[in-house]
Amino acid sequence: MNNSGLISSPHAHGGDTIRANMLSVMLALAPATVVSVYLFGWMAVFLIVLCMAGCMLTEMACLKLMDRPPSALGDGSAALTGLFLALTLPAYVPWWIPLIGCITAIILSKQVYGGLGHNPFNPALAARVVLLISFPLNMTAWIIPMHAGAPLVNLYDFAQCWHLFWLGPESLHQGLDAITMASPLGHVKTEWSRGIGVLEALREYDYSYLDAFLGRESGSLGETSTLALLLGGVYLLARHTIAWHIPVSFIATVSVLALIFNQINPEHFAPPLFHLLAGGLMLGAFFMATDPVTSPVTPHGQLVFGIGCGILTWSIRSFGGYPEGVMFSILLMNCAVPLIDHYLRPRVYGK
Amino acid sequence: MLRKLLEHLKPTTPGTFPGGMYPPEHKITATSPISQCPLPPVLILPLKQHIGETCTPLVDVGDSVLLGQKIAKSQGYVSASIHASSSGKVVKIEEHPIPHPSGMGRPCIFIEPDGKDTPDESLEPMPDYRNTEPSTIRERIRICGIVGLGGAVFPSFIKMVRDQRNPIDTVILNGIECEPYLTNDHRLMLEKSEEILRGMDIIMHAVNAKHGIIAIEDNKLDAVEGIRKALTEMHGIDTCNIEVRVLPTRYPQGSEKQLIYALTGREIPAGRLPLHIGLLCQNVGTANAVHNAVCLGRSLTERIITVSGDAVPQPGNVCARIGTPVPFLFARHGLHDMDDVHVIHGGPMMGERLSKLDVPVVKSTNGLLAMKRDTFYSEQAVEEPCIRCGHCVEVCPSGLVPNELAWHCRNDQFDRGQEYDLFDCIECGCCSYVCPSHIPLVHYFRYAKGQVAKIEKEQEFARISKIRSGARDNRLAREQAERAARRSRAKQQHKAASADKAETAGKSETKPAAKETQNTNENNEEEST
Repeated sequence: MNNSGLISSPHAHGGDTIRANMLSVMLALAPATVVSVYLFGWMAVFLIVLCMAGCMLTEMACLKLMDRPPSALGDGSAALTGLFLALTLPAYVPWWIPLIGCITAIILSKQVYGGLGHNPFNPALAARVVLLISFPLNMTAWIIPMHAGAPLVNLYDFAQCWHLFWLGPESLHQGLDAITMASPLGHVKTEWSRGIGVLEALREYDYSYLDAFLGRESGSLGETSTLALLLGGVYLLARHTIAWHIPVSFIATVSVLALIFNQINPEHFAPPLFHLLAGGLMLGAFFMATDPVTSPVTPHGQLVFGIGCGILTWSIRSFGGYPEGVMFSILLMNCAVPLIDHYLRPRVYGK
Repeated sequence: MLRKLLEHLKPTTPGTFPGGMYPPEHKITATSPISQCPLPPVLILPLKQHIGETCTPLVDVGDSVLLGQKIAKSQGYVSASIHASSSGKVVKIEEHPIPHPSGMGRPCIFIEPDGKDTPDESLEPMPDYRNTEPSTIRERIRICGIVGLGGAVFPSFIKMVRDQRNPIDTVILNGIECEPYLTNDHRLMLEKSEEILRGMDIIMHAVNAKHGIIAIEDNKLDAVEGIRKALTEMHGIDTCNIEVRVLPTRYPQGSEKQLIYALTGREIPAGRLPLHIGLLCQNVGTANAVHNAVCLGRSLTERIITVSGDAVPQPGNVCARIGTPVPFLFARHGLHDMDDVHVIHGGPMMGERLSKLDVPVVKSTNGLLAMKRDTFYSEQAVEEPCIRCGHCVEVCPSGLVPNELAWHCRNDQFDRGQEYDLFDCIECGCCSYVCPSHIPLVHYFRYAKGQVAKIEKEQEFARISKIRSGARDNRLAREQAERAARRSRAKQQHKAASADKAETAGKSETKPAAKETQNTNENNEEEST
């Protein structure tokens, strides 16, 4: 709707736009993206390009089908969803899996609800859950990053990656197992199911907190480097794209729970630092849970939302069947957002 | 002793308020002194320039009027009289556009000035106001037509009612001026510090308040200095009870509710007035007008206006008579071609965009901004879907959830809107200002408020109609019954007469007839109740 006929005040505007918000999130993801390219070479580039293009094309098709102006693509939300989706995927997945992800994200978790601003679930995360449940094997096979010893595939070699990306590891005469490894969280979970404690498992894995902080470990494209994600998160907070409430309450809840239970039983429950540095906690807390559309609007609501995400994440990691719980916890809390928004409204002046 | 200790322990006042934001100030006219606007060829004085009832004219076409003469008298309690802003002749009284977004017309008195400015000296100056009855001062403020000059134009004397249950303890003088562009209060505080302080003292005396606070934002430190200096030099007033408070610049601090919170940490309960918590809040311009009315015997016939905006070649502050045509004022500031500009009456955050430019300056005109059409905000804004970023919630000084509220208002769900505290919105515009989706939130709230008022009016009308039609039905039934009763009585008399004549039958025949009349009487009574 064009407002040009509108004569109601205010007659000034701060200049903020949806596009600027989306672009600032993409900019905030830049460090994590750079790290992913450093770790996974051309594979990361292919995946990111494929996801962003896939999401934007799907969005364009939807807009056309719904007779909406294609200019809505310019708000950048579809491109951002694509980038988010790529950063949550393992570096090697058959090319059609991300494509299915793009279509799921844009059609099933966004446009069917009415498009931007109306979706109850974070599109990228919802798509990732669909992929994880449909293709569990591919979605948990973490490719060995470039820096970790001598990988069998040179990820900085365009030709090798091109083959791997389109034709799979068989084209390079490798098995999937040979070029992949477990993520720290996955390793701890498997070992625990075999009756081996957390500390022992981490020792076996040759786990280093510094590596985890800098990102020299296996995992999804964008989740490995806590440092890069923190940089982006601080930028978003400074630019006021996101409020501090969700990331702080989310991370604090996980840390407190981890601290308490680690003190009680250090064999079963991993230490807080491990929780903070592992998996998608930072990516989830700063980028996914703070998705404005699917998080509460009030400060109190955001605190409750963050605490809920934290409890669920820690519980799933500690007791659940899946090694990682960030994605599920955010989606579960997304369901609760209308309720939170209804009950946790700010106090009205004079009432 | 204990009280003193408690006062020390009392938490310091917040100094600011929840929500709000900091829009660019654009106060380009802060250094330009107030100039006097010359007499325009015609003065147009609308009969309604305040909140409340329209005035009735006291003059006729062809009458000569004096400067300051009352030309329209207030109707009802919430109303303020209108005074001639120059001497001259009344040329016509007819409908003319007034500053309103719709461009609607109102009856106006047109005066052609004779250029002599002969004053009406019927009002005696009261320089010795301290020894005058407060009620006399209040009456003087009422007859001088003084209204709140901050923009709300609420008749000032009503705020100064002395109520035994809620004695006013503190008078707050609002020199915040948080709207961008506007500098009229700022200049007034610099140039008329003594008059403002005197006006404040008059108000404090009139309501028997013990304390006075002058609140000024920290972007006007020269005004703070000016007022402080004037305070030390003033004679005849108790300056130690008056305090100048500097508050950090923040929009909408000039709003009464937010200002009171920032100064005292107290909130005005919803639906109540500041006087219910013992406070009286007046604008600095109003204090100046009170001084003029009481000490000089002058009615409210002129006010300070900031003429600014990016399309005005020579922006400035001007003292203009009420009734001066807006194009005349702009022409004096170098703006002659009004085709490519949008004119805002007031500030950019809460002012109205004028759809007709040939309107006069009224008592509420604190600013007139001419903005270039091609860079004007709403010319480019395109509404996009809400992404629930929550920025509107953060900035709302009333603690509302504007995005949810807008949903309900836009979909005509006014009950839900009221559940979401629609009527606590002060229309400050912060939510629309920060919205990345350019949703005109305040516009939706205004629309909903208007619709609710309309629905309530219709419901009231329906209620009255129902009572009326019920009364009519009762009346018709009663009349019918009465007629029936009359008829039966006549019949009975006729019968009795014929019976008397015949003298054949005795009491046995008349008995049932008597019973019948009794019955109709009973029916009659039932119906009439």
